[in-house]
Amino acid sequence: MNKENVIVVNGLTKSFGDFVAVDHISFEVSKGEIFGFLGANGAGKTTAMRMLCGLSTPTSGKAMVAGFDVFREAEKIKQNIGYMSQKFSLYEDLTIKENIQFYGGIYGLTKKQIQEKTDYLVAHLHLQNHQNSLVKSLPLGWKQKLAFSVAIVHDPAIVFLDEPTGGVDPVTRREFWELIYDASERGITVFVTTHYMDEAEYCHRVSIMVDGRIEALDTPKGLKKTYDSVSMDEVFLKLARKAVRGE
Amino acid sequence: MRVLKYLLQKEFRQIFRDPSILRIIFMIPTLQLIIIPMAADYEVRNINLAVADHDHSVYTQQMIQKIKSSGYFKLVNYSSTFQEAVTSIEADKADIVLEIPAKFEQNIVREDHASLFLAVNAVNGMKANLGAAYLQNIIQNYNNQIRTKWVQFPPIPPQTNINVSVSNWFNPMMSYKYFMVPAVLATLLTLLGTFLTALNIVREKEIGTIEQINVTPIKKYHFILGKLIPFWILGLVVLTIGFLIMRFGYQIHPVGNMLIVYLFASLYLLSILGLGLLISTYADTQQQAMLISFFLLMIFIMLGGLFTPIDSMPAWVQKLTWLNPVSYFIDVVRMVVLKGSGLSDIKNHIFVIIGFAIFLNSWAVWNYKKTS
Repeated sequence: MNKENVIVVNGLTKSFGDFVAVDHISFEVSKGEIFGFLGANGAGKTTAMRMLCGLSTPTSGKAMVAGFDVFREAEKIKQNIGYMSQKFSLYEDLTIKENIQFYGGIYGLTKKQIQEKTDYLVAHLHLQNHQNSLVKSLPLGWKQKLAFSVAIVHDPAIVFLDEPTGGVDPVTRREFWELIYDASERGITVFVTTHYMDEAEYCHRVSIMVDGRIEALDTPKGLKKTYDSVSMDEVFLKLARKAVRGE
Repeated sequence: MRVLKYLLQKEFRQIFRDPSILRIIFMIPTLQLIIIPMAADYEVRNINLAVADHDHSVYTQQMIQKIKSSGYFKLVNYSSTFQEAVTSIEADKADIVLEIPAKFEQNIVREDHASLFLAVNAVNGMKANLGAAYLQNIIQNYNNQIRTKWVQFPPIPPQTNINVSVSNWFNPMMSYKYFMVPAVLATLLTLLGTFLTALNIVREKEIGTIEQINVTPIKKYHFILGKLIPFWILGLVVLTIGFLIMRFGYQIHPVGNMLIVYLFASLYLLSILGLGLLISTYADTQQQAMLISFFLLMIFIMLGGLFTPIDSMPAWVQKLTWLNPVSYFIDVVRMVVLKGSGLSDIKNHIFVIIGFAIFLNSWAVWNYKKTS
């Protein structure tokens, strides 16, 4: 096992009654990596991700995130990760500045750090003229970029993104991925789920989940070679067709 | 503690950004406090009276006049047959029939004795009972009046009469405002406190922001305090407004120290907000939270001693009211406002309500799960 691994998962399982949502998955993610976590709807991606974030206790298995155990040290994990859920989760009735301030505050940033972060993010996202507008007045693409920036406001070791670009136009998606690359270059590991296969190509490594299990895990190039496909789209279709679970 | 500061800042920003909520918080209780005690009053008025007069004498006219002038009765039917008067009860036009027998005047004058008959429509029990009691009182009075007129220099002493005179301690005028206004204020605070907190957290659950909070290293008690404190402050503002209305609007001058009630109310609010928070940790949707709060509050208020005295409830229900924070509040308000009780008199109430506050809030913290 590589020392630089920030996520180490071994036989992680989550069942709800008889239903096994996540079935003995094992993988590692190294520092600064952009790890694509693919799968059809209902394959168990979100459940797996929620376990790694400390939002949901696994039924069995082992997982270390940022050096902490998901069973015993969930709260320590939370200090070291960022999370952006499928549901947009900034406060719509607060302004951009107030949202940054609030999340910075509850992650324990100092007043000075919050001020610096706010200035940096507002400039970086070109929101200078909007920092005092309510978040609900922003277009979706801007909201998503803002949500991502807020999720990493405390410079976490890992950021988990659950379908961050759903419903966003291609130009904004491109910009969003630039933010992801920025974060990765700063050493933040990015763990991302997506349904867009072009985005899967941007990832360093990709895993594909089918019915709660990881069916394939490799670089996009490697996957295409193994499955004799020209695109990630084709790889995904070949694997996802095996699914017996409905949506 | 810095985390708490950010939580409070955020909560207050959200509250003040939503003027409709602020209006609900301040205007509606104020209006209700002004309107409800005026209307919800234990005194029975406008009792519809039908008289079946078989006598048609001067005395009966005087008596009817006296009844009418009391202000409690409205004469809706005056007839010569009992049948006709009863018909008006059946048609729901009258509440009470007073039958005056023939030779009523003659009997009083000659035989010093006469009887009357009352028939009461008990469909509305309270109105009927009180109405009959009022009526008896008025007739008794009238009786005394005519007796003293005749027997000014009695050859023989008049019949001995046992006269019970009642003096109402602590509320000498038997003013229902003293009773109702504090109780209505207590009810309003209870409703406001529970609903606001319960709905606030569940709303965060519905929007999804709570998940973003749960993925931060925030402490559970910080989060709960961050919700408790803002609503506690709002509750205290409403309480203050209520006290001002009570003092200057209703001219209720408490016998005891109002600061004691205020102190107790602030502790009471903490326990009620704890109840709201607790509900919110169990409910997943605002609908669920509303229903749970509604049913609980219904029980609390009905069995709180506001509308019916706790002492006349069945013994097992009386024991249940020990678990009802509302009953302690109403008790304390009445003790201090009407009897002038001091801190040492309500000591036990204070301990109990602090106990409720600690118990409910701890339960809420315990049941709030950051990890499912």
